[in-house]
Amino acid sequence: MNTASSPTPSLVNLTCPLPLTEKERIVLGHGAGGKLTAALIAELFQPAFHNPTLDRLDDQAVLALPAVSAGGRLALTTDSFVVTPIFFPGGDIGSLAVHGTVNDLAMGGARPLWLAAAFILEEGLAQADLRRIVASMAAAARAAGVEIVTGDTKVVNHGKGDQIFITTTGVGWVPEGVHLSSNQARPGDRILVSGTIGDHGMAILSQREGLAFEEPILSDSAALHTLAAAVIDAAGGHLRCLRDPTRGGLATALHEIAERSGVGMLLEEKHIPVRELVHSACELLGIDPLFVANEGKLVAIVAPEAAAAALAALRAHPLGENACLVGEVRSEHPGMLMLRTEVGGTRVLDTLFHEQLPRIC
Amino acid sequence: MPIAYLDEYRDRALAERLVAQIRKVQTRPWVLMEMCGGQTHSIVKHGLDQMLEAALPHTLELVHGPGCPVCVTSLEMIDKAHAIAQRPEVIFCSFGDMLRVPGSRGDLFRLQAQGADIRVVYTPLDCLKLARQYPAKQIVFFAIGFETTAPANAMLVYRAHAEKLDNVSVLVSHVLVPPAIANILQSPANRVQGFLGPGHVCAIMGYREYEPIASRFQVPIVVSGFEPLDILQGALMTVRQLEAGKHTVENQYARILNRDGNPAARQLVYSVFETCDKKWRGVGAIPKSGYKLRWEYRDHDAERRFQVAEIDTLESDLCISGQILKGIKKPHHCPAFGTACTPLHPLGATMVSAEGACAAYYAYGRHLQPSMTGAGGPGRGPHTPQPGPPAT
Repeated sequence: MNTASSPTPSLVNLTCPLPLTEKERIVLGHGAGGKLTAALIAELFQPAFHNPTLDRLDDQAVLALPAVSAGGRLALTTDSFVVTPIFFPGGDIGSLAVHGTVNDLAMGGARPLWLAAAFILEEGLAQADLRRIVASMAAAARAAGVEIVTGDTKVVNHGKGDQIFITTTGVGWVPEGVHLSSNQARPGDRILVSGTIGDHGMAILSQREGLAFEEPILSDSAALHTLAAAVIDAAGGHLRCLRDPTRGGLATALHEIAERSGVGMLLEEKHIPVRELVHSACELLGIDPLFVANEGKLVAIVAPEAAAAALAALRAHPLGENACLVGEVRSEHPGMLMLRTEVGGTRVLDTLFHEQLPRIC
Repeated sequence: MPIAYLDEYRDRALAERLVAQIRKVQTRPWVLMEMCGGQTHSIVKHGLDQMLEAALPHTLELVHGPGCPVCVTSLEMIDKAHAIAQRPEVIFCSFGDMLRVPGSRGDLFRLQAQGADIRVVYTPLDCLKLARQYPAKQIVFFAIGFETTAPANAMLVYRAHAEKLDNVSVLVSHVLVPPAIANILQSPANRVQGFLGPGHVCAIMGYREYEPIASRFQVPIVVSGFEPLDILQGALMTVRQLEAGKHTVENQYARILNRDGNPAARQLVYSVFETCDKKWRGVGAIPKSGYKLRWEYRDHDAERRFQVAEIDTLESDLCISGQILKGIKKPHHCPAFGTACTPLHPLGATMVSAEGACAAYYAYGRHLQPSMTGAGGPGRGPHTPQPGPPAT
């Protein structure tokens, strides 16, 4: 629930407001391209992100391609982050903006190299919050081995944004021989999930709606490129497709693969890992965890002969220790996702029209 | 990963054992109705109806009752809600799934997009906090539901009144289960032979009031829970009664409720509400089937406060939700189901809430299953045989 109140910078101790360089809140001047903008870059963004490319402060990042064998290709992706609340258990909008884009590159088999970051700030945002978000982005980028090499900042009037929106664009390198795509699934392939589903979405929902459970539900926000690399190494050419089941959750991600590959899928509900706390929260609110967002999980479609090796590789990685084989690609019912329920019935999993809403009773 | 006290009721081996027991006692087709939207949801979500269909030589048809409070809220009430929610001084509060219900001119989501202050609350008591936080605003709660939500809704009114929070009012559209069961059984087109009674409603109300219905209409009523094993066991108990020619009220959900329900909650409900005639969406008017605020609490009545006039409303003539709510037809018998009528463009009551039978069928892909072409009527009729689940 948005409880934004009007910002009230403390001016009590100032005798003359004229020399004020605003240090507490973001004001429109921070996006005007003048002294305040320069100060924000020099004091806040650059120290956090700094690297030789960014430090040149040119309008563009000029980058040398990595020295790799011929036949490799570039991967390019972009994603916008508008999450509310901006800080949530297990992460914040800054780390999420890095992880989301790194993961989109990683799902194509790419080694993430560089990020560009664009910030839309709402007038009145606390600079301390921005500083915290930027520090979190910098830490996430460092941990993922990517550099934030260029960026942009705009400020919109109070009430015209929701504190902060971040767009990150990522460039990665796909080695020769890696060809992953959502149109590659074939009947008989196995469906692997790298861990418990629904953690991120339920962390956000419980925080947003002020729902207190016995312990907080933590977002799973994480960079998946090393996990992806592990499964690519283990399964080689038998790996068909990787996907991070973000918005719309596991069911939506698999549905897209089933449609693009023209195959059906059968999932076993009892093999799909859901954290007990998340499961309880979902039951309480009438929400289906299969459709809840993840930010640190991947789905791998693997040919049957490499499924065991791929599963073992996932489980050997710290981000994949709860990995499970959850189903199989079928030739029947192309474009459809079937679920064998825990109790032994079956149902079709269709994509949702709307956001899931808590049920009345 | 298992949830204690929940996953035990989804055990596959026990479910299969219950189905085998039904198979043993059943000698002819029967038609049962589950009263609660939560039960409908569970049946479709877990595929219980298909499980029974595949395993039983005689049909045990589960038809879906009018037990979704969101679906049966009349169009007039929804239009009134929309008229109130549009007022600039109002913060309109509602349970989440009410936001999507179409009135004559769009839904609450659309009003929200146009700038109305509409908030989803998880308990009606959240309105008290809002009332204190925004004393210059009018906090209006859309108090809908069956007997289950009545105590919490009554508590809101009771506390707002006691705390003199004059800016709190409620738009009341409460409905009651027993008059609906009687209405279904009186209908000449009725096919229902036994009921799975509403577990959560009876947790508040107890089940004494179902006993005269069971004996008057000679129909077994088994008050049941919501998990797969609850529903299968409820079905088994109902079939046992039908086969033995009995018609009593039994309690499958004894871990939650007893014959007397929750007297304290009921006392609160009766102190705030009194019964009134009520119009049900898709069904029509049923005498003494709803609650309205008692005279003492009239100052918290949103209809009074905002003087919302009676509005002429129009339902789609394609929609057969009235017949679905009475158990005469099933969602996939409707020519508009999944085509002209979807959750994005619902034509009627039963497609609007997640607990509505049509929405449940849609959400769980019944419109996509090539086998869902069966016609209504007792027995299998021209039902295409259901292919089993794809083998592993």
